[in-house]
Amino acid sequence: MTVVEVSVTGAPRRGVLSRVVSRLGNGVVQVGLALVALFWLVPVFGLLIASLRDEASNTASGWWTIFTAPTSLTLSNYADLVGNSTVLRSFLNTVYIAVPSTVLVVVISALAAYGLAWIEFPGRLWLTTLVVGLLVMPIQVALIPVAKLFGSLGLFGTITGVVLFHVAFGLPFAIFLLRNFFAGIPRDLVEAARMDGAREWVIFRRVVLPIAKPAIASLTIFQFLWVWNDLLVALVFADQDSAPITVALRAQLRQFGTNIDLLSTGAFLSMIVPLAVFLAFQRYFVQGVLAGSTK
Amino acid sequence: MAEVVLSGLGKVYVDGTRAVADLDLEIRDGEFLVLVGPSGCGKTTALRMIAGLESVSEGSIRIGPQVVNEVPSRDRDVAMVFQSYALYPHLNVYDNIAFGLTLRKLPKKEIDRRVREVAEVLELHEHLERKPRNLSGGQRQRVAMGRAIVRAPQAFLMDEPLSNLDAKLRVQMRAQIARIQRDLGVTTVYVTHDQTEAMTLGDRVAVMKRGVLQQVGPPQELYDRPVNLFVAGFIGSPGMNLVTARLDRDDDGHHWVTVGSDALLLPESVLLARPALAGYAGRDVVLGIRPEDMEDAALADAQEGSILHSVADLVEAMGSDVLVHFPVDAAPVVTDDTKALAEDDGTADLPKGSGVVLVGRFSPRTHIYEGQPVAAWVDTSRLHFFDPDTGLSVWTTSGELE
Ligand SMILES: Nc1ncnc2c1ncn2[C@@H]1O[C@H](COP(=O)(O)OP(=O)(O)OP(=O)(O)O)[C@@H](O)[C@H]1O
Ligand SMILES: [Mg+2]
Repeated sequence: MTVVEVSVTGAPRRGVLSRVVSRLGNGVVQVGLALVALFWLVPVFGLLIASLRDEASNTASGWWTIFTAPTSLTLSNYADLVGNSTVLRSFLNTVYIAVPSTVLVVVISALAAYGLAWIEFPGRLWLTTLVVGLLVMPIQVALIPVAKLFGSLGLFGTITGVVLFHVAFGLPFAIFLLRNFFAGIPRDLVEAARMDGAREWVIFRRVVLPIAKPAIASLTIFQFLWVWNDLLVALVFADQDSAPITVALRAQLRQFGTNIDLLSTGAFLSMIVPLAVFLAFQRYFVQGVLAGSTK
Repeated sequence: MAEVVLSGLGKVYVDGTRAVADLDLEIRDGEFLVLVGPSGCGKTTALRMIAGLESVSEGSIRIGPQVVNEVPSRDRDVAMVFQSYALYPHLNVYDNIAFGLTLRKLPKKEIDRRVREVAEVLELHEHLERKPRNLSGGQRQRVAMGRAIVRAPQAFLMDEPLSNLDAKLRVQMRAQIARIQRDLGVTTVYVTHDQTEAMTLGDRVAVMKRGVLQQVGPPQELYDRPVNLFVAGFIGSPGMNLVTARLDRDDDGHHWVTVGSDALLLPESVLLARPALAGYAGRDVVLGIRPEDMEDAALADAQEGSILHSVADLVEAMGSDVLVHFPVDAAPVVTDDTKALAEDDGTADLPKGSGVVLVGRFSPRTHIYEGQPVAAWVDTSRLHFFDPDTGLSVWTTSGELE
C-alpha cells in the first residue's frame, strides 16, 4: 500500500488559527487513511498467517492467536500447493488467461481509441456511440449464445475461448476510457506533430502513448484484476484442464470443506500477483503529465 | 524558402459558418506578412488552411511551384508556431526541437549540430535537458520557435505566438522574431490581433474583417492611406477619431469642414490629393483625425480655421505624451465598419451619449486639466475623409486608390 503524504509546505504567512485548522485537517485525513489501510491490511495479513500455519493449528485456533501464543510458522502449505498439480496448473492457467486478455485489450483499445479520437472518417461519431452503447451490455446475456458459438467452433473449454470472451467484453470499456483520455490531449499537440512531419502511427507512438501512460497503466491494472479474479466466465467456458485458480479453489472448497490451509495458501498466491502488478505500474500514476506543454 | 500564394481562398465550416471568403494574397519569397484583424475574423482559419490543418473549401493555396490543397501537412514543409506553444510534454527541450528532424531521418550528428546551433541563437543551450513544465513562459515560447526554425522550412506560420507573454517579454520576443526572420529570410505569415505587433513586424500587413480581406500593404501605407473606415479605425493606437462633419465650399472657393461649432479650413493639398472630395461639398462626410495629428493649440502656433474648442473630459498623462479626451457636438459615425470596430474594442454595448468624444495626443508640456477648456489644433493637411454610406476612403472617385 502507498502512504499518501499531505504536504504542508508553502503556508508560511497564514494565521496561527488557520494553520492549526489545516494541521488538524491533515491529521484527520491521515488518521482516516490509516484506518482504511488497516481495514484492508488486517484480512490480508490474516490470510498470510493462515497460509503459513499447518492444518491442525488452523482448525484449533484463529490466526490472531499467534500474537499470544506464537506457534511455529511453516512453509509446508506452499510446498503442498506446488505438489498439488491441479492447483498449480490452475495457477498457470490463470496466467495464460490473464496476460493475453490484458495485452490484447490494451493494444487493441489503444489503437481504436486513437482512431476514434484523432482520425477523421465518416461514421466516426456513430462508431463511438456504438462502443459506448456496448458498455451497458451485461455479460450474462451473452454467456449462452457465445457458449453455443464456441461449441460449434471448437473453442469451448479452451483457454483461447476464455481469452476471446474476456477481450470482447473488456474492449468497450477500455476503448471508452482511452478515447476520452486521448481526446483530452490538446489538439495543438497532435497538430504540432503533424506539422513536424509525423504520420498517424508516429503521432500515436511518440506523442499520444507517452502522454497517455497513466491512463494505459490504469487500464492495464483494471483489466488484469478483472480477468485474474473472474470466476463467472471461467466457470462457463473453461473445462477441467483450462480452469483458472478461482475455479480450482472453489472446487477444492467443495471437496474438503475445511481445508483452510490449502485454500488460504492458494488465495494468498492468487492475490499477491495482482498486487505485484499494481505496484509495478503505480509509478506511472503521475499526475500532471501534460504540465508545461501548452501555455 | 518559397512564395505562398492564396487565390480565391474560402472556408465554410461544416456547421455552415463562413470563416474566410475569397482571399487573394501573394506572400513573396522571404516576406514577413502579418495577418491582422479583430477576433473571429478568420485569421486563424486562413493560417490553418495554409498549414494543411483545415481543409480548403474554395480556391487554392500554392507554396512555391506546387498547389498544396490536397497535400497533407507533413508534406508541405512549413512550420507552425502555436499560440499555446504545443510543446511535447514528455520530451526535454533538446528532443522537442529535434523531433521534426528525427522524423526526417537525418544523421544524428547533423541533428545534433542543428539543434545546438538553434538553441544557441535562442539562448536555450543551458536548458536542453529540461522538460517543458520546468521552463518559464518565455523559454517555452523560444522552444516553440526553435522547433520551427531548426527545420529550415519553406515558410513559418505563427498564430499569435506572443499573446501568452507579459508585456515586457512580448516586446523582447517581438524584436527577436523580427531579427531571426530577417537573418533566415524565411517567408513568414504571422497572425495577430495586436495592431502594434502588426505594424512593427510586418513587411506588409493584411487587414481582415469578418473573413474578408480589407487592405494589404506596408504598415505606413495602411496608416497613411487606409482604404476604408475599418482599416482607418483598426490601425493606430489610440484609434483614429471619426465624426460626421459637413463639407462646404465658400464663395472664395475654399473648402471648410464643420465639426460641431468649429470649422476647419482644408488646405489645397488635401483637395489635390483627394480630387473626389470636392464632389461632397454641401453634404456630410466622415471626417477622420488621428490623435497624433492634434496638439494643444497653445503650443502649436495655431491659426483660426484649424482649431477645435471644447472642454477636457479626461486627461491621461502617458509620460511621453498626454491623451486629452474632449467632446464635440457632432454626430457619431455609425456604419458597419464602426460597429465591427466597437465590437473589437468591447465598447459596442456602452451607452452612446449624443455627440462624440475625440482623443488628442498632446505634448507633455501642455497645461490642460480635466474640466478646463481645450483648444485643439488640428493638422488639417493630414485629415482623412470617408463616404458616410459606403465607408470607403474618398480619393479620386468612389474611394478607390488611383
Ligand atoms: N471548427 C469550427 N467550426 C465552426 N466554426 C468555426 C470553427 N473554427 C472557427 N470557426 C468560426 O470561424 C470564424 C473565424 O474563426 P478564427 O478562429 O479563424 O478567427 P480568428 O481571426 O483567428 O480569431 P481570434 O483572433 O479570436 O483567434 C469565427 O466566427 C469562428 O467562430
Ligand atoms: Mg485565432
